[in-house]
Amino acid sequence: MLMNYMVLEIPARSENESFARVTVAAFAARLDPTLEELNELKTAVSEAVTNCILHAYHSDGEGVVRIRAVVEDKKMVVEIHDEGKGIEDIARAREPLYTDKPELERSGMGFTIMENFMDEVSVHSSPGRGTVIKMSKLFSGTVNKNSH
Amino acid sequence: MRVQVVRKKNSLIARLKGELDHHTAALFREAVDRELKKESVQNLVLNLQNLTFMDSSGIGAILGRYNRVKEKGGRVVICGCSKHVKKLLQLGGLLKIIPVYSDESSAVAEIMSKS
Repeated sequence: MLMNYMVLEIPARSENESFARVTVAAFAARLDPTLEELNELKTAVSEAVTNCILHAYHSDGEGVVRIRAVVEDKKMVVEIHDEGKGIEDIARAREPLYTDKPELERSGMGFTIMENFMDEVSVHSSPGRGTVIKMSKLFSGTVNKNSH
Repeated sequence: MRVQVVRKKNSLIARLKGELDHHTAALFREAVDRELKKESVQNLVLNLQNLTFMDSSGIGAILGRYNRVKEKGGRVVICGCSKHVKKLLQLGGLLKIIPVYSDESSAVAEIMSKS
């Protein structure tokens, strides 16, 4: 399959979390993923988008989340960008069970889930300028080369 | 997301339908906590059979209800979760503290037998 891509830009509001993950999953459908792979992708995207809304933009409804997904052969690369507060200590943020918002019943499992459900996860962040999460996943399905 | 709550003696059965994420977790929390405030409610059965999506916000919300019930001296059981939801519960460490049953009737029978 030739390289193909999609870009989605949404206001950082929680009601858009569902739309974001379903849209990326719909784009991945052409790679013929299994239901399990699709669920994993949706969950990982949901975690990254929720992080933007809750942590980068403090849930105030301001700010924009930009998602870019690229597919080539059986692989998808998803980038989730925000221009929010950034992450001071990325290693600590990635630790299982770490959260700076326990009062909001956050489980601190967002990054752990992204790492478990995707093949690669990288985080680039500049405090005060924003964060980019880049994740990739290779799907097991056979790609129909004639698919549109 | 819809939450249907049913009382059975001193246990609350909450049936979740739809997607449990950061956006919908508040609805789940409010529906269950409203009932948990009642003194006569002690245990909680979470029926996840019709849950079509969950992420780490769901883990946090379930853990929050678990802590409430535990404070009251009650127990929480889960039933009807998909393979994907079970994986999330496992990653979040919830399988170590909350028993999981295949269907609601066996979950209710279990909680009734010990209360």
